[in-house]
Amino acid sequence: MSLASPANVSRASDLLDWFRGNLFNSPLNTTATVLIIWLALMTLPALIDWAILESVIEGSDRRACRAAGSGACWAMIVEKHRFILFGLYPFDEQWRPMVVVALFIGLIVVSANRRFWTRWLAPPWVLGLSVIALLMWGGMFGLSYVPTERWGGLPLTLLLATFAVAIGFPLAILLALGRRSALPAIRLLCIGYIELIRGVPLVSLLFMASVMLPLLLPEGLTVDKLLRAQIALILYTAAYLAEVVRGGLQAIPRGQYEAAEALALGFWRMTGFIILPQALRAVIPSFVNTTISVFKDTSLVVIIGLYDLMNAAKVAVVDPAWRGSSIEAYVFVAVIYFIFCYVMSQYSQALERRLAQGQST
Amino acid sequence: MRAPLGGTTKGPPRPVRLTWSDPRLRAALFQILAVAAVGFVLWYLVSNTIANLAARNIATGFAFLDRQAGFAIGESLIPYDAADSYFKALMVGLLNTLRVAVAGIVLATILGGIIGIARLSSNWLVAKLAAGYVETFRNLPLLLQLFFWYAVILETLPGPREALQPLPGVFVSNRGVKFPIPADSAALDYAMIGFAAAILFAAIIQSWARHRRNLGQTGLPTGWLILGGFIALPFLAWLISGASLAWDMPSLQGFNFTGGSSLSPEFTALLFGLVIYTAAFIAEIVRGGILAVPRGQREAAQAMGLSERQTMRLVVMPQALRIIVPPLTSQYLAVTKNSSLAVAIGYPDLVSVAGTTLNQTGQAIEGIAIIMLVFLTISLSIALFMNWYNKRIALVER
Repeated sequence: MSLASPANVSRASDLLDWFRGNLFNSPLNTTATVLIIWLALMTLPALIDWAILESVIEGSDRRACRAAGSGACWAMIVEKHRFILFGLYPFDEQWRPMVVVALFIGLIVVSANRRFWTRWLAPPWVLGLSVIALLMWGGMFGLSYVPTERWGGLPLTLLLATFAVAIGFPLAILLALGRRSALPAIRLLCIGYIELIRGVPLVSLLFMASVMLPLLLPEGLTVDKLLRAQIALILYTAAYLAEVVRGGLQAIPRGQYEAAEALALGFWRMTGFIILPQALRAVIPSFVNTTISVFKDTSLVVIIGLYDLMNAAKVAVVDPAWRGSSIEAYVFVAVIYFIFCYVMSQYSQALERRLAQGQST
Repeated sequence: MRAPLGGTTKGPPRPVRLTWSDPRLRAALFQILAVAAVGFVLWYLVSNTIANLAARNIATGFAFLDRQAGFAIGESLIPYDAADSYFKALMVGLLNTLRVAVAGIVLATILGGIIGIARLSSNWLVAKLAAGYVETFRNLPLLLQLFFWYAVILETLPGPREALQPLPGVFVSNRGVKFPIPADSAALDYAMIGFAAAILFAAIIQSWARHRRNLGQTGLPTGWLILGGFIALPFLAWLISGASLAWDMPSLQGFNFTGGSSLSPEFTALLFGLVIYTAAFIAEIVRGGILAVPRGQREAAQAMGLSERQTMRLVVMPQALRIIVPPLTSQYLAVTKNSSLAVAIGYPDLVSVAGTTLNQTGQAIEGIAIIMLVFLTISLSIALFMNWYNKRIALVER
């Protein structure tokens, strides 16, 4: 490339170079590129037709949709979005779960900022969760009481995931410490618990919570269905997070333990001041990844009949007026799940890079 | 390496002193307390359960396994009808679980491997497409994907009368996929035996080639020999079985197909969902494994005149596998456990059959115990096998 060439010519040849270097640099790559472009030409126009050009936004039932166009029936989402987002929550009170979702997002965004990783993060969470509980249940300050059977949709999904991680995490730390304990009885109990939970499907734990828990508790003591599912999710999350924490504990050099012992720190002070701060910092990215999978796994409460985001979408399409619109409903909830999971996973990757940087300097 | 809890004193053991300052006494007390607490909770739950079962007149024990199940199961690998026992129904469920899990593991490994390598392709379009695949499918709940594929099959595919026919004799409709099978079932069995023989043959060729390589001899066309084995041996078996060319073709009779064999919509949706979801995770594992092999290894291989293919097969992959296998094991375990989501779309797997059983008999504890025991056994077997494999490929340090 000559230095004197005009800017636009060099840009055009750069582009050509890029094409040659990245798309057509070998016979195999050329074939792959042509094949992909051909496939895109075959499928994308049909997809755009279905999702946008031929889609129908207005209409009162599926029949109106079919009459108006051959594409996606988004009218179903327009009609049912509040049911999918908030489940059976009383229609006139749905501003309350909406505020709850906003509060959750606010709390999570604030906690994601490394500047706020201090003990002062706890009071906003306690306050936030109290306000969330007040808004969901009501029964005070002029808010009408809403029983947990009517909770549903996105707030329920967020609640299940948040409490599973928030209560599962301290349990996980204890389990991970127990698994590495020098006391054989403690170690065996913790290994047994972790491997038992990790060896069976979450479905079976949810089954257990829904059909077996009533048998395990004394006569007359009944536990709310939501709470039962929440307990199963907490027990499940604790076992998986325990393995994450164990990974961090294993990464601590032996010298750290020995130095702490040399300073005459007891077990709890050594763990609390020396070991855990380092171990937990090392596993933050894996912690976020586990949180993502717990968030996705909350959808399994469908199986015991809670109206979370997934089940609300599933129930919405049972309505005879909208029969045959499942794909539209699933695409709608897929977008919601995707936004949450994608943002969290990008955050976890960025965090991993930043923490790795801190290590190398 | 363990956290030295309660102090690790080396040297000759001292007698235990009965004071609070003796770490060994504290350790013993602490353990006794923990075991007692767990024991107490268990005793409390068990005693409650016994009282509840007595109050509700629910039988205990596994005697119900011999009783007649009385419910039909949509698909089964072994002959089964409603008059058979609960035990047989559970066996049908277990076989269905294993069927979808094995197929899912094999297909997800292949797809995940391809996508993982595609993400590292020098072709920008291929790499971006693979990255888009991974980001999309691992960020959506598996259950949602199952519901989605099930809805795609039930709502967008035509009915049996207008079934799509991608290949002659293969019908795709909202009743699932129908395909022809050899009419002579013995021929199929023989071909299977031939296929198994080909796998054995491939293993023998591989170890012979390794033996020759160690002696410094080369020139064995391993790839061609194995390929030939996979074509010739099943063909030979088919010839021995009588070389029957007859096919059992599916055909439309009234509102549905008869003849041939089929994949139900439930099985197809479950398999699709499991494979597509798991492949996204496996792709990341494969990519990470390949990236973790130091660049110098690849450059050294090329400097020695190995081709791109040889570099990959003989230098990069053996090293990448050591990193890939442990997380791959957890993905295989996850596929097996996730196959239990079958219950949500009505595929009769073990969890679904056990669920029906515990609803009918009321024996919830036994039903859940069966589910958990079976899954623990499967998990343990996969883990043991993969640990054996991991040891085999591990770095032998001298």
